[in-house]
Amino acid sequence: MNLAAQAAQTAQSPGFLSPSGVEVAFLLVGLVTLGAAVVSVTTKQLVHAALWLVVALGGLAVEYLLLTAEFIAWVQVLIYVGSVVVLLLFGLMLTKAPIGRSPDADSANRPVALAVATAAAAALVWVVADAFRTTWIELDGPARGTTGVTGEILFRHWVLPFEALSVLLLAALVGAIVLSRKKPEGERD
Amino acid sequence: MHLAYPAVLAALLFCVGLYGVLARRNAILVLMSLELMLNAVNLNLVAFDVWLRDALHAGQALTLFTIAVAAAEIGIGLAIVLMVYRNRGTADVDRLRDTAEAPRGTDEKAEAAA
Repeated sequence: MNLAAQAAQTAQSPGFLSPSGVEVAFLLVGLVTLGAAVVSVTTKQLVHAALWLVVALGGLAVEYLLLTAEFIAWVQVLIYVGSVVVLLLFGLMLTKAPIGRSPDADSANRPVALAVATAAAAALVWVVADAFRTTWIELDGPARGTTGVTGEILFRHWVLPFEALSVLLLAALVGAIVLSRKKPEGERD
Repeated sequence: MHLAYPAVLAALLFCVGLYGVLARRNAILVLMSLELMLNAVNLNLVAFDVWLRDALHAGQALTLFTIAVAAAEIGIGLAIVLMVYRNRGTADVDRLRDTAEAPRGTDEKAEAAA
């Protein structure tokens, strides 16, 4: 992109100092989501981590709604909040996770993890903010992700991957059953 | 809306998940952090789909596929964790060190302990 076009784009795209209502909502929900995610990976109570994950995933569903992707938002609520978190809670229960505070929830390489994550966050945020500083999403006009639109494109252009995905889910189901089946006596794996 | 908002939020969520994967000891908490990372990618996909106005809606279709793959992953992952817990009595990832190379000079000690 040459300089004149870039300058024109900069001039026409609104600045950060006068955010629109959608942006303010996105920012607030984003802060809640990020805070819940941070608590979820740092809390010492294992069950609370799963419950904070619900807040983070629900916040992401709201962000999808704000980005006009309705169908994905409801799929997010249905699959993540509805089933993945329940699965995780069952997993915690079946591995007899302690209910109260467990002081050994974090492993010994926590400082290294913190350093790596901070470095990655700094690099990614710097690059991303620099690259998309002046890029503007047009949210007006016909909604991008209503159930009708999504169903139409999914079954018109993405049928083959969709069917392959159902085979993958079937394979995962069979695999999970085989893995968690109790072996008969005398048979070792 | 500026694209920078969802992009920065996705980057930060990804790094929070990265921290969780590296720092957590319980395997199920590692899986939780993995879900956070996958969700950050989904947010990126949705935001770029809305920005680019792709005629095929590739971003949203890929988001749905990612969600389905993540569901399969969590099912298999939990099955593996439960099997490890049943066989070993622990789900701590840093105690599963069978394939780890022993530090120099501790071979005799490890053998004596075993």
